[in-house]
Amino acid sequence: MEGFKKSLLACIWFMFLTFPLVVIRVDTAEKTVQWRWMHMLWVGLGAFLLSYVWRFMLKRKAMGRSATNPDGTPVVPFLQRLSANPPLARSIMAVIAIGALVFPWLFSTYQTNIMISAMIYIVLGLGLNIVVGLSGQLVLGYAAFYAAGAYSYALLNHHFGLGFWTALPLGAGAAALCGIILGIPVLRLRGDYLAIVTLGFGEIVRLVLENWNEFSMGPSGVSGISRPGLFSVELSVDGATTYIYYLMIGLVALTIFVINRLKNSRIGRAWLALREDEIACVAMGVDRMKTKLTAFALGATWAGMAGVVFAAKTTFINPASFTFMESAMILAIVVLGGMGSILGVSLAALLILLLPEYLRAFSEYRMLLFGATMVLFMVFRPQGLVSSERQRYEFKETKESQG
Amino acid sequence: MSAKTIVLEVKNLSMNFGGLRALSDVDLDILQGEIVALIGPNGAGKTTCFNCITGIYDPTEGDILLRSPQGKGVRLNGLKPNQVTELGMARTFQNIRLFPSMTVLENVMLGTHCRTKSGILGAILRDRKTREEEVRVVNKSYELLKLVGLDHHVNDLASNLPYGAQRRLEIARALATDPFLLLLDEPAAGMNPNETIALEQLVMRIRDELDMSILLIEHDMKMVMSISDRVHVLEYGQKIAEGTPAEVGANPQVIKAYLGEEAVDA
Repeated sequence: MEGFKKSLLACIWFMFLTFPLVVIRVDTAEKTVQWRWMHMLWVGLGAFLLSYVWRFMLKRKAMGRSATNPDGTPVVPFLQRLSANPPLARSIMAVIAIGALVFPWLFSTYQTNIMISAMIYIVLGLGLNIVVGLSGQLVLGYAAFYAAGAYSYALLNHHFGLGFWTALPLGAGAAALCGIILGIPVLRLRGDYLAIVTLGFGEIVRLVLENWNEFSMGPSGVSGISRPGLFSVELSVDGATTYIYYLMIGLVALTIFVINRLKNSRIGRAWLALREDEIACVAMGVDRMKTKLTAFALGATWAGMAGVVFAAKTTFINPASFTFMESAMILAIVVLGGMGSILGVSLAALLILLLPEYLRAFSEYRMLLFGATMVLFMVFRPQGLVSSERQRYEFKETKESQG
Repeated sequence: MSAKTIVLEVKNLSMNFGGLRALSDVDLDILQGEIVALIGPNGAGKTTCFNCITGIYDPTEGDILLRSPQGKGVRLNGLKPNQVTELGMARTFQNIRLFPSMTVLENVMLGTHCRTKSGILGAILRDRKTREEEVRVVNKSYELLKLVGLDHHVNDLASNLPYGAQRRLEIARALATDPFLLLLDEPAAGMNPNETIALEQLVMRIRDELDMSILLIEHDMKMVMSISDRVHVLEYGQKIAEGTPAEVGANPQVIKAYLGEEAVDA
């Protein structure tokens, strides 16, 4: 009842607030005033419903902490049930894998291209996840590393005719170097200060690319970048797209494999500890500089590789592809997906990339929806889509085994 | 037993924060296998002293010398906390500083970081050396959790442990760094009498079984009196007394520092 009353109040308040805008309409041509009372009704109804749903959700969330099924057993999250049931998990994985493999044969080149973009963002999200999600360093200039990779390939290809496969490790290396260059001066910074400096770094890189005409060809960018060839065979546009698609699947698989292994390793634990409590972490014998720099370098490496693929896919790059919006988008993927969670970040990357593609009708409201989703997530699911699970260990008496 | 060696020697330690002199000319020494308590009223500089010794602060003046049981002596001034830990000195914190969203076992496993070597490549390839190291680390951490009585909470998140257990987990994590000198900053703070007694026994066990020297800051006088071999007393950044618990307890200056001028006259 309390909720009902409050919602009613909210509804009246909104009707009052929007009254001059939605109800009164002055027609200057005919010098008449229109009173559109129906609009007020709609606003009231909408406000009431939204407010009621909002309240209901908040209430459910407050109760949700001690969630139990009607028969008293605790509610087990879907993913936990999945990991407790390896055959089911394996079959789901197999279905996804087969679906991904046959995709380019079932759908058009256009669709395949969209999937390539989505996978590039998965790699970017997972890479940033190392820096932000695992080691807790809030970096807002991630697009700079992406640019480093893309420009490495573009320029090396343009000036020296280097191929894709030679450029891939070089681009990754260039990005890692950028990571270290950024990492050293910000070693002592954390939180907001780190965010500001990295934001500045991202902008500096973009501005340099935009203004240093001799080096990066300025705002007009680099065009005519060659697509990757298959054993020195020139592929058609469609063929190259399919090729890049499979290449990206390989890269995504590699990224997931590597990050999954790093997560539960000595280095991964040091990253987590650094995120949780820097002073305690250092006092326990972890070298802060080494740990932070490895996180920066490794995170940047993935961005570099994604950048090389991006340049190869579009065959044309300019600084406009590496703005702050790009960094913010990748960060949103990590935050929405769930810090440190591989599955969550991959899902979020797919959602954020694919939804705008298929909901073109709403493209004008894209940013609005984006913001609203963010707010809703922060209120109702601050841990992200999928919260990261830590590895569990099983011990039997005297004889121990790793589980 | 032969003459005991000094494991930690602090000479003329002073620490200034701007115009504030938090510590002035403090001397301190700990012998191998000793439990030494550092006491004093609030704000006397005990934790500052800890932070200087463990490398979190760089002392303004004075020397801090650490001597391992093998006889190797190192001057700690200017070293980073992780370097100090690597030399064989570990600490706990007054306000618990665990890694809340890591599991209990992982918290302890992190302590072994400076005693293990596997790098990025090892982690990715998971070669035999890395796997063996990982098994060693897991087993060692589990043994330490058994020692502090937390072996039933291995997979719980550290933040979900009750308060007393969190304190014990901090001790286990510190022990995982393989120290020969353990610094405990108010380990009994916030514990009930039963928990305190269990903690006393744990500290004694660690000293005896792991052959550890221990320096602790503590406010619980009962605990200080019952387990420490020697006590150092700080007040306003200066050392005002040193000796066995009985000597210190009878020292008029100490009584004054704790209870005020009138208590001495009475």
